[in-house]
Amino acid sequence: MAQKEIEIILMRQLASYLSVPIFVVNPEGTLLFYNEPAEALLGVQFDEAGEMPMSEWSTIFKPTDEGGHPLPPDALPLVATLRTGLPSRATLWITGLDGVRRKLDIVTFPLTGQGRRVLGAAAILWDVNST
Amino acid sequence: MMVTLWGTRGSLPSAGPETVRYGGNTACVEVRGEDGTLIVLDAGTGIRRLSAAVGPDDRRIHILLTHLHMDHLQGFGFFEPLYRADVEVHVWGPPSTTHDLRTRLTKYLSPPLFPVRLRDLPCRLFLHDVPMRDFAMESLRVHCALVCHPGPTVGYRITDNGAALVYIPDHEPALGARRFPLAAEWTSGYDLARDADLLIHDAQYTDAEYARRVGWGHSALRHTVTFAALVRARRLVTFHHDPGHSDDLLDALADEARAAWPLSFEFIPGQEGMIFRVPSRA
Repeated sequence: MAQKEIEIILMRQLASYLSVPIFVVNPEGTLLFYNEPAEALLGVQFDEAGEMPMSEWSTIFKPTDEGGHPLPPDALPLVATLRTGLPSRATLWITGLDGVRRKLDIVTFPLTGQGRRVLGAAAILWDVNST
Repeated sequence: MMVTLWGTRGSLPSAGPETVRYGGNTACVEVRGEDGTLIVLDAGTGIRRLSAAVGPDDRRIHILLTHLHMDHLQGFGFFEPLYRADVEVHVWGPPSTTHDLRTRLTKYLSPPLFPVRLRDLPCRLFLHDVPMRDFAMESLRVHCALVCHPGPTVGYRITDNGAALVYIPDHEPALGARRFPLAAEWTSGYDLARDADLLIHDAQYTDAEYARRVGWGHSALRHTVTFAALVRARRLVTFHHDPGHSDDLLDALADEARAAWPLSFEFIPGQEGMIFRVPSRA
């Protein structure tokens, strides 16, 4: 497997030291990494989940709106950031693989590297009920 | 391809009786292709002595800068071919998000820090942002990639008929890693250095020094050896020696490394003046 871009490597290293839940994807939306605080929200360790395509992660955590209606991938802020290259924010509900439903504030931002290289995007997942 | 070390020291020139064998000049490496193509890696103070090795037939010279820290640039104005009108000099450096290469070089190469301005150099000078991909440089192929070091910093892989020299003089691949090495795909510099015939790599610190300087952008010798094994290098040349490390200390560190780890490659503590042949695989 090819080496990740240096900015992505550094993003993972930083995320692994933060207590803020972080979720990182590449330009195609493939999940590259999430950190231990995110594992607590998603209900599965990253080492178990591994890398997965957007079509998978955008559905297995069952994102819904307040009324419980499923959200299509295009309604997810991370997908919006990948599409527009702009930061995005949304509040939604997910069900972790531990079966627990959680309300999350999600803030996303593009990962644009040296030379304006588009490297993917990152999301901060904030458990609303934890604050 | 022939490779000559003209400066192996990091951070600051360190002339003195305690550094005569490893040398006190800062980063500069000469690379000669089989056809005479001349590439100079970094312009530390070692580049001044390289001037004498540049002949009248050398009319085009490529200087590849890994980054613009002073120890990689300090010798630039003392490179004699810059003062020859019959020479074409191409300087390549990593792009920045703020200033172009000329603006950044001029911060040093202008009064009051240096008396000669870039625009007054007699040679035909061309400045380039180095592309982050494979490209041809005369008969040699160059691949460039960003590596882990403060500020935009690149490493270079130069190939000549399949033989690969990899030059990563300032590199902290262990930064943030709870255990090093990580998987290859998550290790800075891996693609660049994979299966290198000759790997010239940062080895500035002892373990104790590294513990106090995490994030400064350099490797402990233990990291360097681990990285060389991970990328399956054939020969490792340690480089960017700390200015406070004497010849005796560098000898002792090398002996410790050979005793401590089963090395799968030839381990060579880099000394100023060393010459390596990297034979073609063709």
